[in-house]
Amino acid sequence: MNPGPPSDTLVRVRGLHFRFGPRVIFDGADFDIRRGQVTAVMGPSGIGKTTLLRLIGGEFKPLAGTIEVDGIDVAQLNRRQLFELRKRMGLMFQFGALLTDLNVFDNVAFPLREHSGLPESMIADIVLMKLDAVGLRGARDLFPEECSGGMQRRIAFARAIALDPMLVMYDEPFTGQDPLSLGVLARLVRKLNDALGLSSIIVSHDVGETLDISDYVYLLSGGKVVAQGTPDEIRASQDAGVRQFLEGQADGPVPFHARATDYGKDLLGEAA
Amino acid sequence: MTRLLQVVTDFLGSAGRANLFFLQVLAAVPYALARPRLIAQQVYAVGVLSMVIIVVSGSFIGMVLGLQGYNVLVGFGAEESLGLFVAKVTVRELGPVVTALLFAGRAGSALAAEIGLMRATDQLSGMEMMAVDPVRRVVAPRFIAGFLSMPLLAAIFSVMAIGVAGGHLIGVEVLGVDAGAYWSQIQAKVDLKDIWNGVVKAVVFGTVISWIAVYQGYHAAPTSVGVSDATKNTVVLASLATLALDFVLTAFMFEGR
Repeated sequence: MNPGPPSDTLVRVRGLHFRFGPRVIFDGADFDIRRGQVTAVMGPSGIGKTTLLRLIGGEFKPLAGTIEVDGIDVAQLNRRQLFELRKRMGLMFQFGALLTDLNVFDNVAFPLREHSGLPESMIADIVLMKLDAVGLRGARDLFPEECSGGMQRRIAFARAIALDPMLVMYDEPFTGQDPLSLGVLARLVRKLNDALGLSSIIVSHDVGETLDISDYVYLLSGGKVVAQGTPDEIRASQDAGVRQFLEGQADGPVPFHARATDYGKDLLGEAA
Repeated sequence: MTRLLQVVTDFLGSAGRANLFFLQVLAAVPYALARPRLIAQQVYAVGVLSMVIIVVSGSFIGMVLGLQGYNVLVGFGAEESLGLFVAKVTVRELGPVVTALLFAGRAGSALAAEIGLMRATDQLSGMEMMAVDPVRRVVAPRFIAGFLSMPLLAAIFSVMAIGVAGGHLIGVEVLGVDAGAYWSQIQAKVDLKDIWNGVVKAVVFGTVISWIAVYQGYHAAPTSVGVSDATKNTVVLASLATLALDFVLTAFMFEGR
């Protein structure tokens, strides 16, 4: 666990191969997540975006290829070293993954109480600052089930940044949100990234908001990166796969139909 | 044949995983002991909140023993041994066994469902990603609470069944057995070995039920059916394990007596 000299790239993924059983998720993908930027990883549902975050967080190990975070090869770490690295990362789960038996304040205080060793009065100050940053200082005494979906994700934001991490990963932060909540969340990701000097990876299939707040975009398909560039470059791309994804066309390089036997034979009961 | 082999392989695999998980939990116990507040919270949830069902059940079972015992003993003119009968049956068998069955249904199922739901809602993965080991933070305090609570609940069950509202109420207060005879027979014939064996049984049952509950919850599939299966499996396996272990322990403890 000997990090090399600091480089512009915080997360470097090279030749990533990963599969769930027979299903290939990554088939030689390369990514670079640069420091200080909001990097979006986009693609249709089930393409492996969440899996990528869990690979970076060391929950899964790649079958081949390397994932380096701050110069450290994640797959080579033992559990203790991995936990040390994770203290410098925040992951916001798709539905928040808040601890339901703790109130909002205690949820945000949780990583601080587990790791910081700070006195309770100082933890209280930090928690209030983090909650204020996401606009929920007034909701500190509520329990997660008393909060809306958008509030729960903002609480999860606050918890993800509680330990002042170098990297924050957002897993589908906008899914199922109303336009107002969606706008608030999107602005928060950008604002917190810039104000706290973070680096962010945002995994999403919400095209508009994600392109608006990102510095760099990767588009995934078939286990590989099929397009990458700034949001403007992605918007201007004439690639059929990119156009299909951005414009939400039902059929294209990604087919509408799942792979199946001949339709006529299937109806006549002749398919194998 | 292939299917049978598959069933046997699955069972052995599952048993192996459960044993490894048990070792993992034991290794996490010292970390949990360093945070007594977490354990106290779980003792409240697992033990204190189970007291009502234990007190009520202990009382009714004691009353039934009082009635049944009196009806049999009075035929031999031996109704003054009612206290001894109720005490021996309760301390040796019904105290630990019935408490364990109730504990599996009340606390074991709750533990499995709680941990299973934490799995299904990514709370355990969330802890992992916050560099917090869920076995140390979530599982070990609950396991310790179950281990500590079971013998205490069994003791409360026995006190209720023998003395406070059970056999004593029916035998002495209602049916007129002499109170002095009721208690003196217990004092004379229930020895420390009876009580010690009851405690050992309660500790073993508490350990096994807590182990089954936390294992089932922690390894539940992250779906509603997965949580439901974990809860059901906990009650079924913990009850069967209690009854089977009771036979084995009884065979060793009371051999030839």
